[in-house]
Amino acid sequence: MDAISTNGLTKHYTLGFWRPRPYVALDSLTLQVGQGEVFGFLGPNGAGKTTTLKLLLQLTFPTSGHAEILGRPVGDLSVRRRIGYLPEQPYFYDYLTAEELLDYFGGLFGLGATERKKRADALLEEVGIGGERRMPLGKFSKGMLQRVGIAQALLNEPEVLFFDEPMSGLDPLGRREIRQLILRLRDRGCTVFFSSHVLSDAEALCNRVAIMARGRLVTSGALSELQHFQARGWELIMAGVSESALERARTVGDVVKVTRLGQDRVSLELPLAPSPDRMLAELCAHGAQLISLTPVRESLEEFFVREVAAAPGASRLDRAS
Amino acid sequence: MRVIGRVAINVFRESVRDKVLYNLVVFAVLLIATSYLIGQLTAGQDIKVIKDLGLAAISIFGVAIAVFIGIGLVWKEVDKRSIYSILAKPVRRSEFVLGKYCGLVLTLFVNVVVMTLAFYAVLAYMNWKTDPMIRAAWPAPALDIRMLSAIALIFVELALVTGIALFFSTFSSPFLSAMLTLGLWVSGQFSGDLRNFDQVLQSPVAVWMAKGLYYILPAFSAFDVKAQVVYGLPVGARYMALTSAYGVAYLALTLLAAVMVFSRRDFK
Repeated sequence: MDAISTNGLTKHYTLGFWRPRPYVALDSLTLQVGQGEVFGFLGPNGAGKTTTLKLLLQLTFPTSGHAEILGRPVGDLSVRRRIGYLPEQPYFYDYLTAEELLDYFGGLFGLGATERKKRADALLEEVGIGGERRMPLGKFSKGMLQRVGIAQALLNEPEVLFFDEPMSGLDPLGRREIRQLILRLRDRGCTVFFSSHVLSDAEALCNRVAIMARGRLVTSGALSELQHFQARGWELIMAGVSESALERARTVGDVVKVTRLGQDRVSLELPLAPSPDRMLAELCAHGAQLISLTPVRESLEEFFVREVAAAPGASRLDRAS
Repeated sequence: MRVIGRVAINVFRESVRDKVLYNLVVFAVLLIATSYLIGQLTAGQDIKVIKDLGLAAISIFGVAIAVFIGIGLVWKEVDKRSIYSILAKPVRRSEFVLGKYCGLVLTLFVNVVVMTLAFYAVLAYMNWKTDPMIRAAWPAPALDIRMLSAIALIFVELALVTGIALFFSTFSSPFLSAMLTLGLWVSGQFSGDLRNFDQVLQSPVAVWMAKGLYYILPAFSAFDVKAQVVYGLPVGARYMALTSAYGVAYLALTLLAAVMVFSRRDFK
């Protein structure tokens, strides 16, 4: 059983009052997310990420298609006992404290008073705002609200978590803490579905990603399996490379590019084949020292820009009609 | 019911922590005190003036609270997007709407009780300081328990106004909701006149339209028995029961409509 499954999920909105025209916010999304996965749902602004999340949480209703969470239709109330959701740029009631908010939300899950207090205390500590638990939320910074949002999403010990831009508003330290939290949740067996346009987060956390553009799924799969991310060459960084050694190296194999890095270091960009072994041996034989040898892959960012630019250009208004 | 209760308590807590609400209560209490001062200037009629102004203040401030908080009940949650976190939890949309409604009605109940206590306190003071000879000339005793009938019907009226404000708040902006709710409340004060339009209109179409409006618009004038009780005239139990039943039936339809609209709404 998949944690999340969508089949032809489509959402049209109506634009205009006097001459209403349909607008395709999401176009036939078919997607499966396995249990225990950390799944990155990526795309630029307006790609359809938040629309998809709202459809999965039934905050909006699909024009066509179907979605299930843990094998049950998304409208099923029992599903919502087993999921957690962090909205994008969350807002909570200014007049409540963090502690009161979690107590209120815990009550909606039917948790008893003792259990609510226990979970609220533990979660507020876990997201790093235990010291501010009795401060009104109206006085919280954006980053602190994000942490409260994460705490409320975890209140019911969910099996599937939906995070809409979880790193938004967080400083570098906060981002690292949330990354570690997501990895801990994964280790507990929780499925994490998060939307983001911060690609480094996806690279650091995800088993698989889906890339959206203009309301359509562009591609999906494991980062390591997507052919765009296969090695396309090598980057060899050496120290103590003399000009003569460099000349000798060029006779052994192709060097695509040489870059002086300073402090006696040189970066050599090599093709994928032949193997860099002979080049490395030749340079070491002339007194150079190996600093690093790494495969060169297209970054997710480069892939993202290319794929999004190449996505079908038909107007989302035209597609709907 | 558990979820409705949790949402209602949160609405009540918001109202209690909302300074605007405190100001309204304080203002209502001040108005009742002012009515006492006006009563001082009107020899013989002072107790009637105090009763008139006190009951009117309870009604007007209750309506102000019902309308201006009622119109924001759902709209604010949607506008600020706090509703996303709520509806992602095991909460039916109908439970959310009814919880919001019950929370504001609870707030109104507490307000009406506070205002009633303040009102009777002013009357008790008036009664205590007035000469027994003058008291004998009053049309009704100062602490007349029959005024509670008028206050009970005011409360039913407020519950209905809240339901109407909530209904409009499920799909329109606060300004439009306020205009529509207040418009219905004002026109409902004249519903009795609509019924008798056939006596002053010639056109059968106009008479038919007036009759139609009479049956569609909430008959808020039926809840107003203030004029009777200040003179000590009783309000019959049958009238109380029928009027309350009418209010509850109209309210049930209004809440049903609110739930239906809200349950189908997309949160973009």
